[in-house]
Amino acid sequence: MKAFDYHQAVDSEQAVAQAVRVSGAEDMAKYLGGGTNLVDLMRETVERPDALIDVTALSHAIDETPEGGLLIGAATTNAELAGDIRVRTRYPMLSRAILTGASAQIRNMATVGGNLLQRTRCAYFYDMATHCNKREPGAGCDAHEGFHRYHAILGTSSSCMATHPSDMAVALAALEARIHLRGPDGDRQLPLTELHREPGERPDIETELRPQELIVAIELPRLPMAARSGYRKVRDRASYAFALVSVASMVALDGGTIQDVRLALGGVGTKPWRAYRAEEALRGQPATEATLVTAVDAELAAAKTLPDNAFKVELARRTMIAELSRRIADARSGGDA
Amino acid sequence: MSALDKRRSGDNQPSGVALAGDYWRPDGRPDPLSEKGRIGIGAPLSRVDGVEKVTGGARFAGEFTFEGMVYAALVYSTIANGRILTIDRQEAESMNGVVRVMTHENAPRLNLPPVFLMSPNGAAGDDHPIMQNDRVHWNGQPVALVLAETQEQADAAAERIHVDYQAEPAMTDFELAKTQARQPDNVLGGPAEITIGDADKAFEMAAHRVDAIYRTPRHNHNAIEPHALTLAWVKEDGSEKESERDGETLRIHDASQCVDLAVASLAEVFGIDAARIHITSPFVGGGFGGKTLWQHQILAAAAAKLVGRPVRLALSRKGVYRVVGGRTCTEQRVALGADADGRLKALIHSGVVAMTRHNNLPEPFFQATKCLYAADHIRLSIDVADMHMLANTFMRAPGESVGTFALESALDELAEQLGMDPLELRARNEPEQDPTNGLAFSSRHLLEAARAGAERFGWAKRPIQPGSQREDEWQIGMGCATATYPYMRMPGAAARITLTGEGATVDIAAHEMGMGTATVQTQIAAARLGLPVERIQFRYGDSKLAGRVLAGGSQQTAAIGGAVIAAHRALVIELLALLGENSPLAGLTPDDVECRDGGLCSSVDASRFETYEQILARAGRRELSVETDAADSAELANWSMHSFGTIFCEVGVSDVTAEIRVRRLLGSFDCGRILNAKTAASQFRGGMIMGLGLALMEETLFDPRSGRVMNPSLADYHVPVQMDVPEIDVMWTDIPDPHTPMGAHGIGEIGITGVGAAVANAVYNACGKRVRELPVTLDKLL
Repeated sequence: MKAFDYHQAVDSEQAVAQAVRVSGAEDMAKYLGGGTNLVDLMRETVERPDALIDVTALSHAIDETPEGGLLIGAATTNAELAGDIRVRTRYPMLSRAILTGASAQIRNMATVGGNLLQRTRCAYFYDMATHCNKREPGAGCDAHEGFHRYHAILGTSSSCMATHPSDMAVALAALEARIHLRGPDGDRQLPLTELHREPGERPDIETELRPQELIVAIELPRLPMAARSGYRKVRDRASYAFALVSVASMVALDGGTIQDVRLALGGVGTKPWRAYRAEEALRGQPATEATLVTAVDAELAAAKTLPDNAFKVELARRTMIAELSRRIADARSGGDA
Repeated sequence: MSALDKRRSGDNQPSGVALAGDYWRPDGRPDPLSEKGRIGIGAPLSRVDGVEKVTGGARFAGEFTFEGMVYAALVYSTIANGRILTIDRQEAESMNGVVRVMTHENAPRLNLPPVFLMSPNGAAGDDHPIMQNDRVHWNGQPVALVLAETQEQADAAAERIHVDYQAEPAMTDFELAKTQARQPDNVLGGPAEITIGDADKAFEMAAHRVDAIYRTPRHNHNAIEPHALTLAWVKEDGSEKESERDGETLRIHDASQCVDLAVASLAEVFGIDAARIHITSPFVGGGFGGKTLWQHQILAAAAAKLVGRPVRLALSRKGVYRVVGGRTCTEQRVALGADADGRLKALIHSGVVAMTRHNNLPEPFFQATKCLYAADHIRLSIDVADMHMLANTFMRAPGESVGTFALESALDELAEQLGMDPLELRARNEPEQDPTNGLAFSSRHLLEAARAGAERFGWAKRPIQPGSQREDEWQIGMGCATATYPYMRMPGAAARITLTGEGATVDIAAHEMGMGTATVQTQIAAARLGLPVERIQFRYGDSKLAGRVLAGGSQQTAAIGGAVIAAHRALVIELLALLGENSPLAGLTPDDVECRDGGLCSSVDASRFETYEQILARAGRRELSVETDAADSAELANWSMHSFGTIFCEVGVSDVTAEIRVRRLLGSFDCGRILNAKTAASQFRGGMIMGLGLALMEETLFDPRSGRVMNPSLADYHVPVQMDVPEIDVMWTDIPDPHTPMGAHGIGEIGITGVGAAVANAVYNACGKRVRELPVTLDKLL
């Protein structure tokens, strides 16, 4: 690992100011949350920042918003967020998503802001001896004809098919979370679903963040139907493995009709994948198996597969249908949320 | 009646221990310690080193220090075959704290390392020259070593070393390599092909046939302690002056399962007397076959010589994948031909494994097949496909772990075809004697173990029809498979016993890698000498101690046992020679006495007794010390000697996601006398958990384009986590083998065998999908 400077910020203004001062023209400062991914990347020399600005002392608060949602300080640890009773009762899919990720030790370190900005676990991205368009645009992609069993089938491009690894972000995509940002040019907000980019020709540019912009908070809107939401993660072992497919879902019924639905996928997308096409095909339709099949197939019609990850289409299909069926059954037995 | 007499007459429990005789002979007497009811033998004694380990008191190889020590970091090649054109080490050498960069251009001259199974002193994984020229032989080969004042400085500098290569064509694709496969000279010293009758013809004519290809992937070693060592070239007087290098001793704290063999190999590499090398390895955080001699130890010693300072080299997890070999991949054909009663007419087990031209371990997948089933016609063969890769090596039950996957899966397929209980099919093919060498079995109680296991597991309730039992979305299935591993006792073992008035010390150059050796051998020595365990000190993990004992092949317990038996006899002979005429034991011969209650006693007259303390005191001796070689392992020429067992497994397979959950696992073993119920259970369970990894998730991703391992980390290379492991039940026959020390067999490896097939067979029983390629992952079931 290359030697670097270390700064500790006490608040977000100071953090941004430090980043601006260190970075100069080049973006050579990195914000450090729990370091559970960034430090690994530095060890592999994939990331070589000149300076780290430690933002773990920033807000850990989880506050009620006037609209009835929650505002979560970006330095909140994954463990704190998953354990919050309001999250567990009002947004259970978020708690479950977090708890299916990583290990207890990692969740104790990892921050919510850092979780969103973690990078893909594609083996070729981590190995400097191989070709990777995400590390070096135009260098080529060794995963294409190499090991790509974990890779994405949605949102891919010919340059990159690396999966976004976060579980938490999948739940946040379904929950319509908003990201609060602070940068040298002031504050702004983005829907979580617009934070991450599809790779296109520039897989190295992963988010819409501007230079030195810092995630300061995540806002969860009021969403009563989320009280009966769920998250199912399918993986190669029972714990401590990235998703092959994960499904975050919630359904509100009006009699036998799907009144509203939120559906997002992990393990299959180059970004946390909100299944808009499936949602559109479900809303206002009868809550039947046929509806689910049509909707799920609509979402997966765009899937592009390679030999080792082709199974994900069927796996995602089955898991989505099973999860939506369970949500519908729950909604039926529990009445309106 | 004296207390002694009371004990003698109270029940039939033996208490005094006579000298063990010629257990290795057909007409020999079993070791008295193998008898049932021996006090202390089999007792679930907790680990003697347990407290030290869990409180952090135990020091491992990478935790020792020498004054003036520098830290090493390795740079690994990124091509699989070719030449180094240039190595630019200037930038690295100018960095803070960097002491020296060693490459092939400035490394001390070294001899070729002697290789395991190729040379009597061989502990090394391959015979490539080590940093002696510009050649690269595998992707990941060390090409430079950085020494710096801190580990961080060494690591940072290693990243700044620029290497230009001239790559040459490399054979890194197994599919291609196997088209040029060859028959190796030997497999573990035996023939690479075994033919009895005409198996191919018999197979063609058989009424019932199964003929399938089974594949197993590469596996890497992942001991909890990554390989590490700390070493120094020291003057006999302790000085480390550069000018006096000639008279030096190479002092190594290593993580080793072969201290003495490693000394012998290093002596050849450095061209020095073996007496000048001293390796200690008091604690090892898991070995499994990987803690032998690889390039890192040799490079560290060479670098220490180059700069005249002590060196610590601790491999990162990734480093272990780059320089320590693992289990190679196999492609196995099993063809079974049977009559309507399920009796095997033909048994063919053949295939190809990846290897290099620089080592000699064709993964011996047919080992289990040699001894398990009677068949009229048998053909076994192994071919090797030479590749440009890091030399493969031993990994827990090399051969049996992956070979039983193929063989025991095929038997399950045959049972299905015959409509027969898989256990019954196996029972019908139970051989009278070893089917391939014709020797009698020294001890074989596989059917008893299978029956007992089946009863406890509830095998009778197994769903006959695949896919016929379910709970919600989970399809439930059961499977079984036979486990087996040979008994071995390698030559070279010796032991020293030193007796004082306070107790006894047993010294032997053996190893404790977490198996419980130190604990069990303390129990055995206590029982043999008639001393309480508190008065026994068992010392090991030091090349200066007696003998050459490899912690491999599940042979340590027997090897140590044989050496201690020999030393015990020598000790008693010496003790009797010390007796004066006034001793109540005077006139007795070694075979007339027993050890008990801290002394010697006539085996027929309990009143003739004297403590060791009394004997030594009368002779004016403070201590008595003997060192003796173990008897030759002649038992192996007289019998076919193996451990056996049956693994039972119950799985659930989701009909939505095809996820597999192992719900129950039971191992019923026949491994001779069990010496410590607690450490034995841990060994069995540990092996079975490793078997779950083999069955369900372990797989080295070896990129066929580059020969590079792409998942060199515990995040990407999956081993079972706590939630993957159900409650594991283990049981054993506890029937002693009359022809082994203590009646025992080694138990370190058998636990992993059979598990792959038991799981795959259970998956088939659950959902009707037969997976013939490990690991059994959910995508293969969708």
